[in-house]
Amino acid sequence: MIDIVNKLNWLIGGEAGYGIMSIGVAFSKICSRGGLHIFDYVEYPSLIRGGHNAYYVSVEDKEVFSQKRDVNLLIALNRETIDLHKNELSPDAGIIYDSETVKIGKFSPKISLYPVPLIKFAQEIGKDKLMMNTVALGACVAVVDYDFDLLASVIKEQFTGKGDEIVNVNINSARAGYDYVKKNFKNKFHYQLKKTGKGKSMIVSGNDAFCLGAIKAGCKFLAAYPMTPINSILHYMKAKEKECNFVVVQPEDEIAAINIAIGASYAGVRSMTCSSGGGFSLMVEALGMAGITETPLVIVESGRGGPSSGLPTWTEQGDLRFLMHASQGEFPRIILAPGDVDDCFYFGMQAFNLAEKYQLPVFLIMDKYVSESHKSTKKFNDKLIKIERGLLIDEDGKLGEKYERYKFTDSGISKRAVPGLKNRVVMTSSYEHSELGLFDDGAENHVRMMDKRLGKLKLALKDAPKPVLYGPKKAKLTIIGWGSTKYPILEALKTLNEKKAVANYLQITSIIPFHSDIVAKVMDSSKTLIIENNATAQLRGVIRENTLKTPDYTYLKYDSRPFYPEDIVKKVHGLIK
Amino acid sequence: MKPEDYIGLMKPNWCPGCGNFSILAAAKMAFSELNLDNSEIAAISGIGCASKFPSWIKVNSFDTLHGRPFPVAAGAKIANTNLKVFVFCGDGDCYGEGMNHFISTCRRNHDFVAIVHNNERYALTTGQTSPTTDIGTKTKTSLYGVTDPPVNPVALALSANASFVARGFAGDINHLKWLVTEAFKHRGFSLIDVLQPCVTFNTVNTLEWYKQRIYKLEESGHNSSDRMAAIGKSFEWSDKIPIGIFYRDNRASYESYLDQIKDVPLVKQDISKIKIDKLMEEFM
Repeated sequence: MIDIVNKLNWLIGGEAGYGIMSIGVAFSKICSRGGLHIFDYVEYPSLIRGGHNAYYVSVEDKEVFSQKRDVNLLIALNRETIDLHKNELSPDAGIIYDSETVKIGKFSPKISLYPVPLIKFAQEIGKDKLMMNTVALGACVAVVDYDFDLLASVIKEQFTGKGDEIVNVNINSARAGYDYVKKNFKNKFHYQLKKTGKGKSMIVSGNDAFCLGAIKAGCKFLAAYPMTPINSILHYMKAKEKECNFVVVQPEDEIAAINIAIGASYAGVRSMTCSSGGGFSLMVEALGMAGITETPLVIVESGRGGPSSGLPTWTEQGDLRFLMHASQGEFPRIILAPGDVDDCFYFGMQAFNLAEKYQLPVFLIMDKYVSESHKSTKKFNDKLIKIERGLLIDEDGKLGEKYERYKFTDSGISKRAVPGLKNRVVMTSSYEHSELGLFDDGAENHVRMMDKRLGKLKLALKDAPKPVLYGPKKAKLTIIGWGSTKYPILEALKTLNEKKAVANYLQITSIIPFHSDIVAKVMDSSKTLIIENNATAQLRGVIRENTLKTPDYTYLKYDSRPFYPEDIVKKVHGLIK
Repeated sequence: MKPEDYIGLMKPNWCPGCGNFSILAAAKMAFSELNLDNSEIAAISGIGCASKFPSWIKVNSFDTLHGRPFPVAAGAKIANTNLKVFVFCGDGDCYGEGMNHFISTCRRNHDFVAIVHNNERYALTTGQTSPTTDIGTKTKTSLYGVTDPPVNPVALALSANASFVARGFAGDINHLKWLVTEAFKHRGFSLIDVLQPCVTFNTVNTLEWYKQRIYKLEESGHNSSDRMAAIGKSFEWSDKIPIGIFYRDNRASYESYLDQIKDVPLVKQDISKIKIDKLMEEFM
C-alpha cells in the first residue's frame, strides 16, 4: 500500500467529561505547528458527563475547509465510540483503543488495530483515569509517525500555569503512549504526518475570530447570558476584560443583556450582546428600541437546530427570516453572514463600524457549526479595517446650544452626542420622537422619522460586504450559499474543479442590505444551485424578493448536521450530467 | 443650578393633582441642592405615567421600554461612571414587568438611584390592578377584588441585599428631596419606593389616607444599619406606615469591582490603537 502523507481525517471519541475537546484542540495545534492545515468539527450532547463526544480533525498540507467523511484514524476512548463510528471508517483506517477494557470485535484485516493500555498508563503515570486522552494522543503521534516534540510543546503551554509537576505528568503520560506504539507495532501505518517547514498558523473557531475582531474594533462592552453556542464568546471576552480594558456583564436574562448593552451604547461605548435563537427571542423587544432610538448595537446570533429548545448542541441555518423581521414596526437593521473564521474576524470589525456609522443594530448571523469549528488560518490583518465612528460627538457643547439628537439631515444620519458633555443634554426615546428626542406622535413627524431611519439602509449598501465569487470565473454551475455552508462548499470545489472548471460559488455576505445587482448578474450568466442548512430555503426567498429571480436548483439539509463536501460533490455531479 | 434650570421643554401632561408633580419637584430640588449640572445627569425611565418623567425635565434622558429602565441604567453607568444616573419608573415597570431586573439590580448593587412612583395601579392603561394593589381592591381587571397579596418592594429589596432601601411619600416634598440627596450620596444601588396617590384611579390610597398613616423612621429611633429591624419595619402596612430610610450599608458597588474603569471611564478610553498581536499569538 502507498503511504499517504499529510492527508488525514482524524477522529477522537469518548464519554463527555474525558477531555475530548481539549485533546482535539491540542491535536489541531500540533498539526498547525508542523506547518499543516486543519479544520475541526465537534459533536457533543447537551450534558456534562456520560454522553458521547466526537471531535473530527481534517489535516492536509494545503488549506482544508471542512470535516470530511472517511475517517482514517479513530481514537476510541471507549467501546461505544467504535460502535458509533465504525461505519465512518475508510477501508484502510486505523483504530487506537484501550487494550484492557475495549473488546474490539471483528474488522477487516485492512484495518490497522492499535490496542494500547491507555487506562493503565493513565492510572500509573498520571494517577488519574482521565489522563487516558493524553496517553492516546501520544500513541496517535507515534502511529502517524509525527513529531513528539511538537506534542510536548503544546502540553507544556497548556499546563504551564499549573506547575512543573503537572506539566511533567502530562508529558510522561503522552510519552508512555508514544513509546508503547513505537515498541509494539512495527508495521508502518500508511497515513502519516510530516512537518512541512511552512510557518505555523492560528487555530481559531468562528467565535474566537469574532472576539479578536471585536476587541480590535474597540468593543468596550459585552452583556450576555450563557447559551450554546455563544458561550465561548462570553468565556473568552471575560478572560480578557482586564487585560484589554472592556467590561463583560452576565446579567439575569437575555432581556437584561440587550438592554444593558443598549444603555452602554447610549452612553457612548461600542457595545454588543450575543445569544442563540431562544435567547434572542427574548431580546426582540429591545431590538426595536435600538432601531427607533438609533442606538448602535452589535448582536451575534448563532443558530442551533430546530424551534424552541430544539437540538441545543447541533447546527442549523433556521433563523435568517426571524432576524430579518424580528420586532414590531419597520426599522432598519444590517445582517452580515460570516462563513468562516476570517469572515468572523473581518465582518466582526466591520459590524462595529456599520453600527456606529449608520446608528442601528447590526447582526452577525452565525450557527453552531461556524461558531465552534476551528480552522487554521494565518494571522488576521488587523490594519485592513480602520475604525470609523461616524457622526459621533464627544466634545463639550457651546453655552446655550440646543442639541437635537434626531435632527433631520440629507443623509438621515444625525450627529450622535454622548451624554455627559457640558452644555448639552441628550434626549432619547423609544416612543416616536421629535428631532429633540421628545415624544411626538404627529403624523407628519412620524413619516419624516420613518423616512430618515429607513433611508439609512440605502446608504449602508455601499459599505456592506459584497457577495464574493470563489472558484473559476466561468463554470457550468454556480453554487449560492450564505454563512457556514461556505466551509463544505469550498472543500467540495477542490474536488469538483480538480480537472476542469465545473462549479464556482457565490457567497452572499450581507443579507440586509442586499446587493441585488451583483447577485442578479451572476444568476443571469450561470445555472445556479442554492445550498442551505434549513428546511425552507430562507435565502432563496430573499434572493427572489430582491432580484425577481429564482435559483435553478435547491439543496437543503435540516437534520441539524452540517453538509459534507462529498454530498455537495455528488449533488453537483448529478445536476450537470 | 436652581430647580427651575431643570425645567423641561415640554409641559407635564399628568392629571391635575397627580402625585407625580410632587416627585418631579422633589427631584429638581434635590438636583439643585446636590449642585448637579443637567448635562451630567442621566434620567432613565420605563413606560407608564411615571416614566414620562424625563420628558418634563431638562437632563440627559432615555425613555426606554416598560420594565427595562434598570438594565439600561446599569449599562449607561458602567460605560460612563461619571454620569449621575437616576431611574424614574412606576410600580408596573419595577415590580411587575421588570421584577427580575429589580431583584438583580439589588443584588448587583449598580451605582444608581431608582425612584419608583408607586401608585398601586396601572394608570396609563386606565387603572388596572398592579403588583402593589391592595388585596380586595376592585379594578377593571379585578372585578371581584384582588386576590393576590401585594408585592412588598421594601422587603423584597432587603432580602435581595439592596444596600440602600427607602420609602418616600409624594405628599411630603421636603422629606422626599432629602431621601433623594441621601440616596445619591450612597455608593451602590438605592431604592426609593414613593407612595404616590393616583387621583384618577386610586380612590382608596389617597393623599389623606396616607397622611393619616405615615410616620418617619428617623423620628422613631429606627436603626437603619440593622437589616432585620428594617425587614420588620417593611411589614408594617396598616394604620401605621413608615417612610424614610429602612436600611443602608457600605458594601461595594458593582462598578467599584471593575479595575478596568478605575482610572478612566470606558467611554473615555481610546480605541484607535488597540493591539491584538499578542492575543493572536496565543492561538498559534
